[in-house]
Amino acid sequence: MAVYSVTVNGVKTSLTADDPNTPLLYLLQEQLQLMGPKYGCGLGQCGACTVLANGQPIRSCITAVADVAGMTLLSIEGLGTTANPHPLQQAFISQQAMQCGYCLSGPMLYGKAFIDANPGATADQINAALGQTQLICRCNSYPRMLHALALYAQGKTA
Amino acid sequence: MRFENLFRRLDESRMTPEAKQALEDSGFGASRRDLLKSAGALVVGFAAAGASVTKLAAQSPINPTGLVDATKVDSWVSIAADESITIYSGKCEFGQGFSTVQLQLAAEELFVPMSRVKLIFCDTGYTPDQGVTSGSQSHIAEFGPGGLRQALDTARDAMLQLAAQWFDTTADQLTIANGVISLKSDPTQNLSYGQIVQGERFNLVLNSAAIPKDPHTYTVLGTSVPRVDIPAKATGQFQYVQNVRVPGMLHGRPVRPPAIGAKVLNVDKSSVAGMPGNPQVVVVKDFVGVVADTQWHAVQAAAALNVTWSAGTPLPDQASFYTWLTQQASADSLTLDSGDTATIISGAAKSFSAQYLHPYQMHAAMASSCAVADIRGGTGPKAYGRIWSATQGVYPQRDSVALLLGIPNANIRVIFVEGSGCYGLNGNDSVSYDAALMSQAVGKPVRVQWQRKDENVMGENYGAPYVINLQAGVDANGTLVGWNYEAWTASRGNRPNATTPGNILTGFLAGYPSPVPTPAKATQPTSYSNNGNSICNYLAGSVAGKPAAGTGTVNSGKVLTHSVASPFFTGPLRSPARLQNTFANECFMDEIAASLGQDPIQYRLRHLTDPRLIAVINAAQQASLWDTRPSPKSQIPFGAVSGRGMSCVLYEGNNGYSALVANVTVDLNTGIVTVTKLTASVESGPVSNPDGMINQTEGGILQSLSRCLMEQVNWNSSQGIITSTDWNRYPVVQWGRPIPQMKTIVINNPNVSQTGAGELGITLTPSAIGNAIFDALGVRLRQIPYTPASVLAAIASKK
Repeated sequence: MAVYSVTVNGVKTSLTADDPNTPLLYLLQEQLQLMGPKYGCGLGQCGACTVLANGQPIRSCITAVADVAGMTLLSIEGLGTTANPHPLQQAFISQQAMQCGYCLSGPMLYGKAFIDANPGATADQINAALGQTQLICRCNSYPRMLHALALYAQGKTA
Repeated sequence: MRFENLFRRLDESRMTPEAKQALEDSGFGASRRDLLKSAGALVVGFAAAGASVTKLAAQSPINPTGLVDATKVDSWVSIAADESITIYSGKCEFGQGFSTVQLQLAAEELFVPMSRVKLIFCDTGYTPDQGVTSGSQSHIAEFGPGGLRQALDTARDAMLQLAAQWFDTTADQLTIANGVISLKSDPTQNLSYGQIVQGERFNLVLNSAAIPKDPHTYTVLGTSVPRVDIPAKATGQFQYVQNVRVPGMLHGRPVRPPAIGAKVLNVDKSSVAGMPGNPQVVVVKDFVGVVADTQWHAVQAAAALNVTWSAGTPLPDQASFYTWLTQQASADSLTLDSGDTATIISGAAKSFSAQYLHPYQMHAAMASSCAVADIRGGTGPKAYGRIWSATQGVYPQRDSVALLLGIPNANIRVIFVEGSGCYGLNGNDSVSYDAALMSQAVGKPVRVQWQRKDENVMGENYGAPYVINLQAGVDANGTLVGWNYEAWTASRGNRPNATTPGNILTGFLAGYPSPVPTPAKATQPTSYSNNGNSICNYLAGSVAGKPAAGTGTVNSGKVLTHSVASPFFTGPLRSPARLQNTFANECFMDEIAASLGQDPIQYRLRHLTDPRLIAVINAAQQASLWDTRPSPKSQIPFGAVSGRGMSCVLYEGNNGYSALVANVTVDLNTGIVTVTKLTASVESGPVSNPDGMINQTEGGILQSLSRCLMEQVNWNSSQGIITSTDWNRYPVVQWGRPIPQMKTIVINNPNVSQTGAGELGITLTPSAIGNAIFDALGVRLRQIPYTPASVLAAIASKK
């Protein structure tokens, strides 16, 4: 049984696995009880399992735990809380930018990573950036989510 | 508010085994009494409104049958001494916003702030059995007879009567504000709900004569109250069914047949012996599953398990599937038959005919389906259990699981926990069966989450394919005189109920039959029903000599549907049948208008009688800045061309009204269709939450855009397998695609009853986009999906 040190949502912790290829997602769910990253396809095709690893979005469903050893991980519950949401989350709330909300880790974290590196990005630029990877919202809340992301890019929440 | 509920149950499972057993022996887990106690309502209460207040002996609220009497006010609402209010409902939340609407309804009818109301929904034995949450029926159910609104109004009126007795006056001398009833003449004389009810029961039957609040006076309903579930979802704090954890829980994964219809010949359990996680193999006829300590161990063991399967059943060739569909023995049904349609069309000044084709499509939910089951005691009358499921119908699931497991239904409790959007009968029931079978076998709680291929490959009940042949005739003035509809569709299984676990995959694998249509001739219809929207908007709809009940002017019509045995499971996929039928009917109407050189909207209006349908068309026409002229638009045939198309419907013939205008551009070189603008109008009576209605309408329209441009289930007939196994092989609209400009006109109509809106937009998109493509190209696409290849082929056919 190997132990992998990680920092998750600001807390130093460790994950244990008998197989270094164990997908990170399962361990985040089972050992840290995270609810933000979700299993959608297990194939890296939808984005529901997204977390930031050292600031970069990764698909935790297809990322081996051994590959994130020592890294700093952030999931959407690490951004903010219902009482004190992150500005990006506040933008999603103010725009009512979801239906079921299951996909949110993808657009929020890919969006955050892109916008933080490209402040002031336009809606078209954000959509194009998210289109560079494979992200799905089956409820098709794309227009509202994009608007929320564009608000965040402008430093606004509503 | 659901979290407390869930956590309370998880706490319960941490009880000592003895305490827990005692609780279970009392019925089925935590009792409704505890729940009511926590909400503050104890037994006793009111006699009939107007009579004197009588304290009744305490009576157990636990019904040993696990039923909740929906005719009783106490089954719907309880008011605690601390003024908190709890409502119980049989309609779930899927992200469509209906939990918020139900809270708005309670706040409205009871004159209290929404924050005072707690909602508990879809939990067998605790909440009323309202069937399934589906089909744009929730508003109709909760605002209509016998629903939540009537319970709230009965409760409110009873409290008014009691207050009137207390003040020795009549109810008309009283006023209510903020949950406090006071004398109009002296507001210092008042009683709060909590003081009146004193945490007791109403003991009243729902009063069908109770008067609801007039929608013209709504202050909470009719406003865009933010959805109560969104803050937790946005911050990763929301407890989806995928997040349910029960102490001692193991993880299961199913092992499915490689080909449709394959049977288990041998399961080599030694193939997983010694693998990490102590995998246990569960076999029930052709159902095979593996249970292990963690998800990864279960996934690996499921992959390693060596199962020998028989060959599958032959599948029809996909390339000729639509022809095959029309050649099978069928169960036939007539929805309309004026008896003269063939004669009228053959004698018409001009006649038209066309064939429309729609494929199998998937719900393809974002989440792969997941459920947790905790089945104890094996099988028989002493066994019991709980299932946490994102099912659309907790009671039908409970009753069908009871048959599957051989456990009395009253011993099983199905607790709804939201999953991802399901859009109909996806895998949520089958995965619950999986978890239940595995938990029963291993005697421990088991969580099952499917892998993507488990979802896509027969895990869900696909939306049905259609072949629709249409014919119509017009007179010398170009006015429609006859409309003939003949369709072929396929079905296998459906929603599961008490006697039909085989309606879905896991029940079928466990040995229950999956029903298919029994060939039979059609009989004449005896009443008008347009539930499947097979009758087009333009028919008058007179059935059996009764007055016309349709929305149009055309008297002669015939509507005949053939249902054949489907090779794949089928079931409701958002706007089932209605989307396919509206695609055909509304595209065909467009063809006729174009052929006659008529503007598509003006030509439709010429044949419509229903003022509400006309109103939504006018609203969409104005909001879209409709370019009134015949189709197609004259185009210079190179580069990109543009067009606009429209569609309209009275959903299910008696539900909500909607019209949609689509603007598209088509790239003549690549065949790519880009939808640039979508303008919708919706009217379904008094609006509960305008922003919620817009959100759901626009999501539905865009999901339908995905369906009509990209989606179709594919299979390989020689191998007997579904090939649409993942998101790359069942592509849908994703981030990065151009997002159309969206506009939705919500028409509030407080003068009629509430109807549904959840499937209005989605129903219209394939026809509106198809008509816009015709307007742009001058050639008609009659097969979904409108792929670049089919667009290029259509362009080539024109040259």
